[in-house]
Amino acid sequence: MEQLKTLGRELAMGSHGQSKEFLDLIKSIGEARSKAEEDRIVLREIETLKRRINDADTPKRKMKEYIIRLLYVEMLGHDASFGYIHAVKMTHDDALLLKRTGYLAVTLFLSDDHDLIILIVNTIQKDLASDNYLVVCAALNAVCRLINEETIPAVLPRVVDLLNHSKDAVRKKAVMALHRFYQKSPSSVSHLLSNFRKRLCDNDPGVMGASLCPLFNLVSDDANSYKDLVVSFVNILKQVAEHRLPKTYDYHQMPAPFIQIKMLKILALLGSGDKQASGHMYTVLGDIIRKSDSMTNIGNAVLYECICCVASIYPNSKLLEAAADVIAKFLKSDSHNLKYMGIDALGRLIKLSPHIAEQHQLAVIDCLEDPDDSLKRKTFELLYKMTKSSNVEVIVDRMIDYMISISDDHYKTYIASRCVELAEQFAPSNHWFIQTMNKVFEHAGDLVNIKVADNLMRLIAEGFGEDDDAADSQLRSSAVESYLRIIGEPKLPSVFLQLICWVLGEYGTADGKYSASYISGKLCDIAEAYSNDENVKAYAISALMKIYAFEVAARRKVDILPECQSLIEDLLASNSTDLQQRAYELQALIGLGAEAVETIMPRDASCEDIEVDKNLSFLNEYVQQSLERGARSYIPEDERTGMGNMNNFRSQDHNESLQHGLRFEAYEVPKAPMQPKAAPVSFASSSDIVPVPEALSSRETHHISSVGSISEAGSSELKLRLDGVQKKWGRPTYSSSASSASDSYSTSQKPTNGATQVDGATAVNSKVRDSYDSRKTQVDITPEKQKLAASLFGGSTKPEKRSSTSHKVPKSNAADGAQGSKAAVVPNEVAVEKTIHQPPPPDLLDLGESAVTTAPSSVDPFQQLEGLYDPSISSGIADNVGATTNATDIMGLYSESTGSGSYSIPVSGNNANLLSELSNAPVKATSGETITTPLPQSIKGPNAKDSLDKDALVRQMGVNPSSQNPNLFSDLLG
Amino acid sequence: MIKAVLVMNTQGKPRLAKFYEFQPVEQQQEAIRNVFSVLCTRPEHVSNFVDAESFFGPDSRLVYKHFATLYFVFIFDSSENELAMLDLIQVFVETLDKCFRNVCELDIVFNYSKMHTILDEIILGGQVLETSSTEVMRAIEEIARLDAASNAINLVPKSVSGWRSR
Repeated sequence: MEQLKTLGRELAMGSHGQSKEFLDLIKSIGEARSKAEEDRIVLREIETLKRRINDADTPKRKMKEYIIRLLYVEMLGHDASFGYIHAVKMTHDDALLLKRTGYLAVTLFLSDDHDLIILIVNTIQKDLASDNYLVVCAALNAVCRLINEETIPAVLPRVVDLLNHSKDAVRKKAVMALHRFYQKSPSSVSHLLSNFRKRLCDNDPGVMGASLCPLFNLVSDDANSYKDLVVSFVNILKQVAEHRLPKTYDYHQMPAPFIQIKMLKILALLGSGDKQASGHMYTVLGDIIRKSDSMTNIGNAVLYECICCVASIYPNSKLLEAAADVIAKFLKSDSHNLKYMGIDALGRLIKLSPHIAEQHQLAVIDCLEDPDDSLKRKTFELLYKMTKSSNVEVIVDRMIDYMISISDDHYKTYIASRCVELAEQFAPSNHWFIQTMNKVFEHAGDLVNIKVADNLMRLIAEGFGEDDDAADSQLRSSAVESYLRIIGEPKLPSVFLQLICWVLGEYGTADGKYSASYISGKLCDIAEAYSNDENVKAYAISALMKIYAFEVAARRKVDILPECQSLIEDLLASNSTDLQQRAYELQALIGLGAEAVETIMPRDASCEDIEVDKNLSFLNEYVQQSLERGARSYIPEDERTGMGNMNNFRSQDHNESLQHGLRFEAYEVPKAPMQPKAAPVSFASSSDIVPVPEALSSRETHHISSVGSISEAGSSELKLRLDGVQKKWGRPTYSSSASSASDSYSTSQKPTNGATQVDGATAVNSKVRDSYDSRKTQVDITPEKQKLAASLFGGSTKPEKRSSTSHKVPKSNAADGAQGSKAAVVPNEVAVEKTIHQPPPPDLLDLGESAVTTAPSSVDPFQQLEGLYDPSISSGIADNVGATTNATDIMGLYSESTGSGSYSIPVSGNNANLLSELSNAPVKATSGETITTPLPQSIKGPNAKDSLDKDALVRQMGVNPSSQNPNLFSDLLG
Repeated sequence: MIKAVLVMNTQGKPRLAKFYEFQPVEQQQEAIRNVFSVLCTRPEHVSNFVDAESFFGPDSRLVYKHFATLYFVFIFDSSENELAMLDLIQVFVETLDKCFRNVCELDIVFNYSKMHTILDEIILGGQVLETSSTEVMRAIEEIARLDAASNAINLVPKSVSGWRSR
């Protein structure tokens, strides 16, 4: 008997077409000790398959096996494209088994724009019209995967016909296929969308459930056109929740939970911000929350979805309370899954009722310290949502600690940007902001947006405002000090080093604490330590230049350290022209007199406006001279012919080739000879042009080169027509020169708005004091966690009193913080964005006090009802136990026989019974299986209300209603 | 919608891989490798959810379940409910179990195409189609019956000969 069973098992495997060869293949792959060995085996297999598949004599049944082996090979990551065409051929076969295999293979092999698809479309069309519904199903399967925008019209009519097929399995799949079309190309099925509404009242609840998927998509794209369905959805949901569906739709004693979940998702979308629509939902939501069984996984899934729905629709205080209770249950649970969902749900609800987090502060902190990464990240998400200026320090510190501890770059980037965002938005003080940014840069510098560095430089440069110079310089010297400390660390990110160099250059010697030679020595160290990073070197040399310039301007003697000297000499001979230029400038600058240096490089002037003479009026004289000498006058860009847009070389090229490939006019003869060299040279050094506003910018050298190129352009008549060519090496000429010069200064160019800055600064100051004071009173609780809780939630474990205060504090603080950051922390546009991001808390906090009182403990009829479930659950478990013992028996036999069999099983440890793993979950009640066929339709009244009435009547009369009531949904929509 | 269903063993060997949006083979392999590298570092008794945005793009979540030597992994977006997906894995495994009677890794390896048939009954085009394992089993049996009918002539001699050889 035992032998027979194992025999049967082997036969069953064999009957699926797998031969000994396939078993051997799997066995040898399983035994392969290295990836290389596995690859060798698979490549050999591919060779065999190639040979056999291309053999015309291969019988079809063998062919099927080969195709499956091909699929297997491709799953292991090898190319099986040589067999695609054979898979396509197999779809043409008449035998269902072969056809199915063919379809399976092509859906796994081909993308929807593969060339071979065109060979399948015809077959699909034919199969969709087949009499055998299994063939139709197979074709629909393929349709979902293989049909793309272009081929939709070819199959669309057939699929639409199938929506009315007699088999519900087909109708269901047809709905899904149509949904797929909508996803791929909404316009192609836009005229058919009403079909989804129609299917909502299908006689078969399964089809109704399937139609929810497309409706969910449609509603999320455009909720307004589906508001009329709210009542229907609510009705259906109610009936589902009341166990009116056939028993076969139950899952772990829950009535059709997947349908409920989809429905709740749709209702959440429809009720969002719509008071009237939400009004319809309150009752049913309350019912479901009350009734759902929180002992099973799926019951909790429904509960969670209810919370999401409650959080999304127009708020209702009772429901919010109920949701808060459910969250409390989730968070108190031992299951990590439930905690995860609880934290997520808390994050959703916290926008509506900020106080609910306070009850759960310890739970939240536990989650934060949990070894489970997913849970931790979810908790950070929650903390991010509840950050305000009173707890920003704790939260950001935690985030940074976590950021340092992980190696996943993707998440590191994410959390770093979160830190920056929070710090910019809520920073209690500039000093803290700088320290925080330093940490972020130090540990994730290369992952942070470069803009953040600009912001930080700007903050250090602008400081608090104009009236408080002492605070500004204190801020700067603390920044300088922290940077001098940090540069000792190995391997700092490039962006951070650039920032450090800039700050050291600007403010390193400003407070007189550090000597110029000390700072310049440090800068040299940086340039040497990161000698293959040109950007860092460029920043370092510019910083050196500033340091020396300040020394010269202060009439002190500049003594250049030997290592600085050698660095400069290195850079003078550098391959990079940028570095070279900076080095030459530095050299030239040191040679100048104090007065000149002072004008070129004034101290602490990074915030000053640089006036740019866009008309280049200082060149007028030169232009005049050139004209007198016979140069041609400048032709404005738009009047020129044969010239595209100068600013964009590529598009210009493109235009030119499009408009005219060749010029047929002869080149013009130059009017008068001129000496080509003299003019450009006179403009090459910056000291010659002395208009004051421009001189400021000689720190960087862009404008010089652009000036140079202009003069070149003016005098270029003689040599060549350089109109198009010159662009290759020079900067953009003509009109763009001025703007390019100003671009490079945009970081320091914004006019300072005195009024807002003063406001912001004082606001920040006062706020800082506020929050510090308020926190000090709470810190004296001893346990670590409570302290953390207090700083996170702004209250101790007793929430009642504090909840009201902490309501007000964050509100005002949030406003202050936004204002403060606007003026002092971030560039204006960003700050405005931030303030928009943070909508004022809605005015529904009236329930603040009432929410503290816990759930009503009145006797719930449904809880009593729950007792009725128990026997079935326990019987389910008993069943399960029986099954497992039984199962292990069989497995034992199985392994015995394999020992004696001709081949050994390659996969180790796989004999453990999967079912035994299932034993935690209650197994589906077996009773459900007896009634599986849906009853015939009809009998019930013509519309839902009638049928509901009838149903109620039947109940009143004491007759247990049969579980089937398939017609309930029909005609809901007329 | 569901983006992918993966089954792999505890050594990282894929046993089933189905992507509901086409992905080239290399990307599939990389996804499988990434998923495995995350899963094998997860301690026991933690949540079944993993953030999958780093290897499946924005708005992707991952739910997995560990049975004996196998990981069952579903990747999906925010239009699905995590806990429900966990139960869907349960449905899938229950169905496999009914189908193969005490399913083990070997069954899954040898019945590659049947696995796909079952999965296609549960998920179609990335949407949940059927959540009752009884219903799925019925559909599968119906297919098998028709298969057998169309295949009968070929099958009989083989099984008989197989029978005799024992």
